[in-house]
Amino acid sequence: MTTRPDRGGDPPPRSAAVRSVPEQPTAPAAEDTPAGPDHAGAAATPAARRGDRAQYGVCAFLAVVGGLVIADALRTGHAISTADPIGPKPVPLLLGALLLVVAAIYAVDVARGGRGEPEAGEDVDLTTPVDWRTVLLLIGAFLVNAVLIDRLGWVISGTLLFWGSAFALGNRHHVRNLLIAVALSLVTFYTFAIGLGVSLPAGVLQGIL
Amino acid sequence: MDNLGNLLDGFANVLTPTNLLIALLGVTIGTAVGVLPGIGPAMTVALLLPVTYGMEPTQAFIMFAGIFYGGMYGGSTTSILLNTPGESSSVVTAIEGNKMAKAGRAAQALATAAIGSFVAGTIATLLLVVVTPPVVSFAISLGAPDYLALMLLSFVAVTAVLGASRVRGFASLLLGLVIGTVGIDAVSGQQRLTLGIPQLADGIDVVVVAVGIFAVGEALWIAAHLRRRAAEVIPVGRPWMGRQDWKRSWKPWLRGTAYGFPFGALPAGGAEIPTFLSYATEKKLTRHPEEFGRGAIEGVAGPEAANNASAAGTLVPMLAIGLPTNATAAVMLAAFQQYGIQPGPLLFERESGLVWTLIASLFVGNLLLLVLNLPLAPAWARLLRVPRPYLYAGILFFASMGAYAVNASPFDLFLLLTLGLLGFGMRRFGLPILPLIVGVILGPRAELQGRRALQLSGGELSGLLGGWVSGLIYAAIAVALLWPLLGRYVVRPLRERLVTG
Repeated sequence: MTTRPDRGGDPPPRSAAVRSVPEQPTAPAAEDTPAGPDHAGAAATPAARRGDRAQYGVCAFLAVVGGLVIADALRTGHAISTADPIGPKPVPLLLGALLLVVAAIYAVDVARGGRGEPEAGEDVDLTTPVDWRTVLLLIGAFLVNAVLIDRLGWVISGTLLFWGSAFALGNRHHVRNLLIAVALSLVTFYTFAIGLGVSLPAGVLQGIL
Repeated sequence: MDNLGNLLDGFANVLTPTNLLIALLGVTIGTAVGVLPGIGPAMTVALLLPVTYGMEPTQAFIMFAGIFYGGMYGGSTTSILLNTPGESSSVVTAIEGNKMAKAGRAAQALATAAIGSFVAGTIATLLLVVVTPPVVSFAISLGAPDYLALMLLSFVAVTAVLGASRVRGFASLLLGLVIGTVGIDAVSGQQRLTLGIPQLADGIDVVVVAVGIFAVGEALWIAAHLRRRAAEVIPVGRPWMGRQDWKRSWKPWLRGTAYGFPFGALPAGGAEIPTFLSYATEKKLTRHPEEFGRGAIEGVAGPEAANNASAAGTLVPMLAIGLPTNATAAVMLAAFQQYGIQPGPLLFERESGLVWTLIASLFVGNLLLLVLNLPLAPAWARLLRVPRPYLYAGILFFASMGAYAVNASPFDLFLLLTLGLLGFGMRRFGLPILPLIVGVILGPRAELQGRRALQLSGGELSGLLGGWVSGLIYAAIAVALLWPLLGRYVVRPLRERLVTG
């Protein structure tokens, strides 16, 4: 597998940390939320230059997912028939095992100084550390929409989503943003829900819109 | 000649006033969204999927064709006018294109990109018409083991051949495959990985995965690292080219097309390799080597043509076999499935009218793009100045709307956020996105073909191997997987022996 030992003069691998990684799968897996980024915030920024240890979080995440997949597959019934000689089990078992293998190889790669290149882009400035405040505020705005959409309807929850996101991203023209948000929600509601038959809820504004 | 007739029927379908309007709308929206920084062609198609929910399949596909080429074209405008490249396929265009723009030749750079895209797109779509039917008639003869082998090849190709790190590629692929297994198993009816959540029993919708990973993940990632000062946009007037520019452009267009189409059509295609090859070729053949690195028009014309030709090329395996080879094709495939249409050889029999309409609308969309983009370039350039908070708030807004509309269920929004966080983490740690998407889409189908093959052989594992076609494909997979070892233990010692000898 591709490792990159060529990263110039890094101190020898931290083997102790590697060994502890593949033993993760017994952990009470925190469903699907990626463990990686959360670990990253604490560890990555100061240590980013040297080895990027937060990557072990990714290995742990992969191992946990692998363990979860295997555990779930063992739970599924056998359900073998002549029309289906192998049943639903083998594929998840194979995937889980492969995930554990990849997690281990990944850990070795990280220990040998391998690093993933963070994605670049037009508006991305990789010299700055991750701005957690913005990200958390955005997640908050997103969750508000998810919780309220069926109760208050798309027009209101969508407005909150757009307004909240613009605020999170640092725009402070509150009134202008609100006008844009309302306009956007109304336009999308009328074009998509009423014009094109896309299912968006009217919520409390049922009958008014 | 049968196909020519079909194609003409397809044109007849497109050339009605309503459908032309839809094509125009698709091209315009596609370009506008594609121009916006941070939004690549794949995300453009994913975000615009909900627009087509309420339409007839035919009209939806006419619109997709427009969005597909429009999004591609919009991306190149961005990379020429902004001094930071966006998606990997337009990195090469940006090298010379941005230099040209800075030297006051933005109009010519945009013109050669637009006309080159048109030339390449038209030739490549013609090639698509010629190449696809034979591929289809070959694909019809394939059995379940061969399909399994083809899909495994496509997994290996997107993870091991493309991308920088194989471990990270495989990690991403496996995550995708796991996401693909969630839900009730189609064969046995057993629940897998549903964690007792009833909404997961139907599986995770591919559209939600695509929007979550591409749109939400990207928006969160960019928000975490947002440039404090937006990148500088170079102002531009109406694109035009002088005689000299035409003379220097037409050969690179053709050569770029020749590189782009075959690479796009191969299972391990993608646009990166052909655009780089085209750039290297033009640099070698040019009569103005001193201009390279300072804004040579050949360096825009060639790679841009290669980029577009490869985009059309990816439609060959996508339509004929049902294999997506790049992110945009993968999202298109998801769109097909949304309509209950399974791309593959049978598509040409069952939905012949639809396919040929799609192909005809590729031609039409391409022409519309040219007509539209030459005069509208200044307007597109203005789009680049959109305040970034609005842009990324807008992405989250439309992403939520699209994901909700799939099943009219708020649960999908929580799923969307989870997948968005996964996409965020993948970008942070340099895990490639494409293998995950391909894994989600092809994983369930690969499993189905594998189980079908085993059913035919009565459970004997040898049934997975099949005939000579799959044998050949497995050999290709082995070479791709073992390539680093072969390089180290076979190729390099041989070369050294040659050198010392």
